[in-house]
Amino acid sequence: MAERVPGIFRRGARILSRYIRANPLAFSLSVLGAAIYAAAAVGTTVIIGRVTNTVIIPTFESGRVERGMVISAGIAILAVGLVRASTIILRRYFAAMVAFRTQRNWRRQLVATYLEVPLKYHRETPTGTLLAHADSDIVAASEVLNPLPFSIGVVTLVVFAIINLAMVDWLLMMIALLLFPGLIIINRLYTRRAELPLGDVQRRVGQVSRVAHESFDGALVVKTLGREQDEVDRLAVAADSLRESRVTLGRIRGTFEPLIEALPNLGIIALLLIGSWLVSVGRLNTGQVVQAAALFGLLAFPMRVFGYFLQELPRSVVASARLDVVIAAEREALATGGVPVLPDTPLAVRFRDVTCRHGEDPPVLEHLDLEIPAGKVVALVGATGAGKSTLCELLPRLVDPEIGVVTLGGIDLRELDPAEVRDAVALVFQETFLFNESARENVTLGEPVSDERLLEAASIAHSIDFIRALPDGWDTEIGERGITLSGGQRQRLALTRALLRRPRVLVLDDATSAVDPVIEAAILRDLRSSLATSTLVVAHRISTIELADEVAFLDGGTIVARGSHAELLSSSPDYVRLVQAYNDLSAGEIS
Amino acid sequence: MSADVTPGSDLAEHDDLARLEHAAAFDDPTALDHERAEAAAAADASEKRGRALTVLRRGLAESPELGRGFKITVLFAIISAIGRLTIPILVQQIIQNGLLADEGFRVGFTLTACGLAAAIVVSVSILSRITYVRLVLTSESMLRNLRVRAFGHAHALSVADHNETRRGDLTARVTSDIETIARFAQYGAVAWIVDTVVVAGTLIVMSFYSWQLALVTMLVATPILPLFRFMQRRQLKGYSIVRTRVGQTFSEISESVQGAAPIRAYGLQRRSRKRLDVAMDQQYKAEMSAARWFAFMFPLGDAFGGIALASVVMIGAWWGPGWGLDAGGLIACLFLVQLILGPIAEIGEILDQTQTAIAGWAKVLNLLDQPIDVVEPQNGTELPAGALALDIEHVGFTYRTGGPVLTDVSIAIPAGTAVAIVGETGSGKTTFAKLLTRLADPTTGVISVGGISLRDIPAASRAEHIRMVPQDGFMFDATLRENIAMGRRGATDADVEAAINELGLDDWVAGLPHGLDTEVGERGEGMSVGERQLVALARAQLADPGLLVLDEATSAVDPRTERTLTNALHRLSEGRTTVSIAHRLSTAEQADLILVFDKGVLVERGSHDELVAEGGRYAELYRSWLGNTGQS
Repeated sequence: MAERVPGIFRRGARILSRYIRANPLAFSLSVLGAAIYAAAAVGTTVIIGRVTNTVIIPTFESGRVERGMVISAGIAILAVGLVRASTIILRRYFAAMVAFRTQRNWRRQLVATYLEVPLKYHRETPTGTLLAHADSDIVAASEVLNPLPFSIGVVTLVVFAIINLAMVDWLLMMIALLLFPGLIIINRLYTRRAELPLGDVQRRVGQVSRVAHESFDGALVVKTLGREQDEVDRLAVAADSLRESRVTLGRIRGTFEPLIEALPNLGIIALLLIGSWLVSVGRLNTGQVVQAAALFGLLAFPMRVFGYFLQELPRSVVASARLDVVIAAEREALATGGVPVLPDTPLAVRFRDVTCRHGEDPPVLEHLDLEIPAGKVVALVGATGAGKSTLCELLPRLVDPEIGVVTLGGIDLRELDPAEVRDAVALVFQETFLFNESARENVTLGEPVSDERLLEAASIAHSIDFIRALPDGWDTEIGERGITLSGGQRQRLALTRALLRRPRVLVLDDATSAVDPVIEAAILRDLRSSLATSTLVVAHRISTIELADEVAFLDGGTIVARGSHAELLSSSPDYVRLVQAYNDLSAGEIS
Repeated sequence: MSADVTPGSDLAEHDDLARLEHAAAFDDPTALDHERAEAAAAADASEKRGRALTVLRRGLAESPELGRGFKITVLFAIISAIGRLTIPILVQQIIQNGLLADEGFRVGFTLTACGLAAAIVVSVSILSRITYVRLVLTSESMLRNLRVRAFGHAHALSVADHNETRRGDLTARVTSDIETIARFAQYGAVAWIVDTVVVAGTLIVMSFYSWQLALVTMLVATPILPLFRFMQRRQLKGYSIVRTRVGQTFSEISESVQGAAPIRAYGLQRRSRKRLDVAMDQQYKAEMSAARWFAFMFPLGDAFGGIALASVVMIGAWWGPGWGLDAGGLIACLFLVQLILGPIAEIGEILDQTQTAIAGWAKVLNLLDQPIDVVEPQNGTELPAGALALDIEHVGFTYRTGGPVLTDVSIAIPAGTAVAIVGETGSGKTTFAKLLTRLADPTTGVISVGGISLRDIPAASRAEHIRMVPQDGFMFDATLRENIAMGRRGATDADVEAAINELGLDDWVAGLPHGLDTEVGERGEGMSVGERQLVALARAQLADPGLLVLDEATSAVDPRTERTLTNALHRLSEGRTTVSIAHRLSTAEQADLILVFDKGVLVERGSHDELVAEGGRYAELYRSWLGNTGQS
């Protein structure tokens, strides 16, 4: 938090002017409110001084009440109070508008980035970081907008007040000129000193809640290991350090708060002393002294707001710089050149000399060649980490090969319109992602689809029975706010989603792993008989492998053997070992 | 008189300040829960208004430090009040006795008065600091103790009925609830006392000049309180809508992040974009409608300041001379009027904070009042080493909320037996396992382990000799080594390595990026489910228990880890009594004894062959399994 940002004011001015230019009217209204408020506040003191001189002192000296004067004094005080009140409304409402609009704008840009960057970006950046950008970074980047209008108002206020004091008497102005820099310095010192402990407090609050979260999440393990006391000790350490940082902050507050309150008071005492001498020599009258005292009181607090502004500025600069980096992330390359249209029949797929890697790691796929003839089913078999998923992701162009070419119906994927590719290829993942919506919405993904097609897809995917059994059938809400589906049901729903699009190439990346083996086999049989599509299926179960036209054995980033299941069993000892391991696993899954 | 001329602005910016702190609190992942908890607490609070005193009394009994803290706070309040009242009195004195005195300007008096006032201002500053720091020390140590006590108590409670909600609640008790009390202790509580003393002091001083003007001020200022509360209620409601909307926006954003792959695979960017835009616009609308109250609430002080000031000037000038008021007195009253408005508005502002804090406090105290249902014995009997026999006599269990889960279960299991428990979800098999490890006590009947009633075995001995290996091997955010070492108190690195070796896990550990020093991540998420189970097994091996209760994993594990796991489990089980909650029939097949549970009743017992021959529920399960995988 304690950021010393080089060129802070230049960079701060740049970011602020960006914000202001996006919302010029709201910002101007808010500053106008702040400025009128400042004038009205000074006006109040002027009126009080006037009233003292022209109403209060004469009335009490003469004992005669000037009714007209008294009433107009009352009206003036009331009016100026109401002006102050309404200008506060103006300032606060429009300052909030600028801040919230700025936040919405940031958020729009961020989510556009999140949606348009290549998948690789998401793989490399933790979800938490991306959400933090959309949450705390955006708040930090725009927080400076809250004290900004009032800070501008404060500058106006100080200028008005100094002019006003100078009009009363230059000697009183001198006291003010001595006092205000002192206040500014103390405020700066205060915010600077409090900055670190304030950050500590926040971090340690976070630490306490992390310990508590973790500890209660693992309560069962804590119990079974008999570690309750160790956990209490761990929390006590976190709680102690939180207490310490709060006490440190308390000491700083305890030092500065009374000081900041006392300084203007001492100023007023000095002013009264000098003021009353000036009255006695006839240079001033009593009302002017009262007015000056009120002015002093007026100025103490706004100085603090200015302090918060100065404190927020670096945070905003740093956070907005961070957001700018995110927003500048490279977007996915879009359509290139000719955009040939694919025929409406099952498409042959070819991987030619494909090499693929994630970041700086050694290649996941290396010089890989594979062909899926049109309308055929190829089973992809390989150990964990062999590169099966990467191979699958090449097809809908979630990743592009570093070297080599993937062709669809004989055309290089990169020469096709991405929309055309996604229309032709459907990839079903092992991890099913469901949207927080109805079963229907999850399958149709917002596109108008006839009930017949829905039924057809759901029948092949064997999802129709359980969907019908849901409380509201197709309209049952699913996910966080709705019904929880089992792993197998989720996978079948995802398969329905893919089949509904009548893909010309279907890629199943271990997409039925959680489905009951009997149902899985039935799904694959139905797929073969009722769907004209080329299929690549990542398989673990023998029953699945046996259904394929051909098996491709992936090992060490390349296809090491191809043929029917029986052929591979006789030719590849590694294949035999792997299949044996799968076989042991699938024996006996119940409950 | 800090900002006495503009009491409204003082408050207004106070609020900006609160927002700043609030914004920073967003870094805290629990901030959102926190907000939700707060809103809920505010709702609760209104129902339980009358109970505030009860909570206060119980809270005082729980934290006797508070009594001392209260005295310091009162002292602090009086000192602050004196500080704030000094200047208006000085202004009046100087005008009355220094400037407008009959004999003209009195230098001596003015000097003395100013000197005295300066001395008071300085000493108030110093005393404020001393008392404030004492106050912080007291309240912070009280909060720290309350937090640690509540946390300890939460862990002492039975975990038998733990679920997601319950865990969230417990976390809220020791985090957000305590934080609401902390915030109240830092601002609200002090503000209450200081404001009350300042208001009372100001009215007293004012009535020295003119009791009539004091009365007028009071009458004018009173409506601030209900008005403030009214607006604050609206504002809170507005903010609670904002929170809901923010939650919706974030669930949309996280959907677009977590669903990055399917969104790209199916070209759903435009659809997501549209939904996000709707969510963000709704959030903005909610924010602006809450901002309306936020904008309208704070100028109240200025508006009322104007009314009060105008009334005092007019009434004071009109009738003042008749009441024996003088010019200095009236001017002092002008300053005093403004001293009173700030505190009154502030009280209005903290009313809801107070209720939230009291509700939070009540929740923490309620937690502390929850009886510990699993009471540890005073002088227990230690368990012997080696495999342990189990004796279960007429055991039944009923959750505090809900019907019976287990009914009259009796079975004797000789030491060294491998037992498999089979049954559908909700059959009571998991509860049965929990009772064996004393995660809860049976409602009826007795469980004896190694001939000793579970209730007579001290916690330490139980932790060592009876070990449960849960389905999901939860890990702490530390290294693998540290996580395994938790298996037994005082385990050395050599012990950890030995346990790994005994279970045949050396190859697995060697394959990890940093071996035993690999960081496992939050909740062990850096490791696969299978690997987490390996850790759970290694922990158990370290403890060398005589009774092992295993909750078999249901989720799929990759073949290599699965082999390692099976092997390790086999080695771990050797020479111990094991009770496994079986999800695979192969586990049951290999067991010495199978217990079949149905709706809380132990319906069948026997070996695999016996039960298959019997033709009951187990046989039925077995047949359906054969049907499923007939070909392999």
